[in-house]
Amino acid sequence: MNLLPEVPMPEPDRPRRKRREAAAPSPASLVDPAIAAPVRAAVAACREQRGNLIPILHEIQRTLGHVPDDAVPVLAEELNLSRAEVHGVITFYHDFRSMPTVGHQVRVCRGEACQAVGAEALFASVPGAEQVFCLGNCALGPSAQVDGRLYGRMDAARLRGMLS
Amino acid sequence: MTTVYVPRDSAARSVGADQVAAAFEAAGPSVTVVRNGSRGMLWLEPLVEVGTPAGRVGYGSVAPADVPTILAGEAESIGVVDEFPWLASQQRVTFARMGRTDPLSLDDYLAHGGMAGLRKARTMTPAEVVAEVTESGLRGRGGAGFPAGIKWKTVLECAGDLKFICCNADEGDSGTYADRMVLEGDPFMLIEGMAIAAYAVGAAEGYIYIRSEYPDGIATMLSAIRIAAEEGWLDGFRLEVRVGGGAYICGEETSMLESLEGKRGMVRAKPPIPAFEGLFGRPTVINNVLTLATVPTILANGAAAYQELGVERSRGTQVFQLGGNIARGGIVETAFGITLGELVEGYGGGTRSGRPVRAVQVGGPLGAYLPASRFGLPMDYEAFAKAGAMVGHGGIVVFDASVDMAAQARFAFEFCAAESCGKCTPCRVGAVRGVEVIDRIRTGVDRDENLAVLEDLCELMTDGSLCAMGGLTPMPVRSALTHFPDDFEARRP
Repeated sequence: MNLLPEVPMPEPDRPRRKRREAAAPSPASLVDPAIAAPVRAAVAACREQRGNLIPILHEIQRTLGHVPDDAVPVLAEELNLSRAEVHGVITFYHDFRSMPTVGHQVRVCRGEACQAVGAEALFASVPGAEQVFCLGNCALGPSAQVDGRLYGRMDAARLRGMLS
Repeated sequence: MTTVYVPRDSAARSVGADQVAAAFEAAGPSVTVVRNGSRGMLWLEPLVEVGTPAGRVGYGSVAPADVPTILAGEAESIGVVDEFPWLASQQRVTFARMGRTDPLSLDDYLAHGGMAGLRKARTMTPAEVVAEVTESGLRGRGGAGFPAGIKWKTVLECAGDLKFICCNADEGDSGTYADRMVLEGDPFMLIEGMAIAAYAVGAAEGYIYIRSEYPDGIATMLSAIRIAAEEGWLDGFRLEVRVGGGAYICGEETSMLESLEGKRGMVRAKPPIPAFEGLFGRPTVINNVLTLATVPTILANGAAAYQELGVERSRGTQVFQLGGNIARGGIVETAFGITLGELVEGYGGGTRSGRPVRAVQVGGPLGAYLPASRFGLPMDYEAFAKAGAMVGHGGIVVFDASVDMAAQARFAFEFCAAESCGKCTPCRVGAVRGVEVIDRIRTGVDRDENLAVLEDLCELMTDGSLCAMGGLTPMPVRSALTHFPDDFEARRP
């Protein structure tokens, strides 16, 4: 039994808002296939692994040289995560670059063991070098990594020579 | 026919081992080149060994140009490597095989005592294996020194069919490289240790979380796991290598778990401890590389043999790693109880620069700086804790007289600010404030007031941080201030 009188709803005087879900394309579908395809392939390559976002990101960086911003919506869709979650993970880890590196990738160790043999001066003398805290070569410092290859007992002249 | 050993360890490669190996290979078919692990006498790298009837004779700091004279037997050698006093005087247990073998040769591994531990373990009940590890007194080698057997027992007693073994190979602390050497130089030992742990606690899956800064370690470990699986050693145990993302904090165990789950490496609050709720919320054993790598020898030779070594509650051996400004840097594995001075001056031979030793940092970036006057301290977890320092993982970094200790204290905060996960305020904000306060002290701005602020900040970070990153950053700072107060005097421009 209705105690309250039924009030007829007023007729809308303008057409209902269009349902967005039906018409708007998903953010992932707007991504350039040149990026979306390798990203989806990286997801497929790691499908069997638990908690696989970090391995996927490494795989993307291996194939594309970096993790482009456009990978985010594709990963979010593939992994059923929010774009914010994916972005948060990518930006937490120092390894993942949003832009490709130009020229050589140089990392100079600024860990204490290398500081004890002049790493700070070495780091300051090589423009464009990235800092890294420890390369595990603490008895043979100062250490640097050039394009993934480790070098010990490094000095500024030798490092600059390798880059020129 | 001559067999020549040239290490494939990345420290040896960093000073030219590959070029030396290539020069030997080019010398003709009468020379067989074996790429062995490193002996850990890193100041002599590339250390080439030549097989002779008397034993393997060593040649230090070899360059490609030295190859003809070595093959002609005319180069100056260090003698038979096994008899070289620096090495022969050590008590190598975990590192017993290191450098002797080709790391990926199963035959070498088996010929040098490999697999004896796992075979023994599989004749025992899981509870017996856990009891053996507990009785050995083995404590976590990652730094915290928690008894390994107690962790294992907790996981063994947890119900559930899905449990994990996680090996923490995120060796991010400056001054440590023993984990890397195991990954590169004796990978089957780690696999065997993890297989024993898996059997002991009933885990079906294991992960080795290796930092991305160790590409050689990753490659060697991947090959070793494939070989071990093909040999049927793993007996259903699924072992996987995971590569970190360049975040120091992921060496903290709960942060590592988050990273393994594919998330930001944010530290978790404890409790619950990972033994109850670890990876994906399941019971999880997390041990450092050296801890797991030591398990096979404990099983093979019995808990008593391991327990006999060491002092007080620090049992067995520690793999000390000498680095920084040191004349003879490398691995010194010996029983606990050796003094800091015996390591730095005795084995290490003082500084590489020839200037006097001024400070030594023990236990990584979060460990204390100690002056030469404390060289009498025995390497023992409790003795170091009493002295306001920590043994940690046994990394020892030497600084000569040119070091500015206020700059090192500032760096401790700078490092913390760069690598903090950001979850708790004392660490995230305190590290940044710490840099500012030290800058004001060094420039003489309200010096006494700022020293009081610094002390307050250190106390707050120690007591209020979620994990050791924020909680221990004050340790290098306070020790620098205590032992080297002069360096904190204002600098006149």
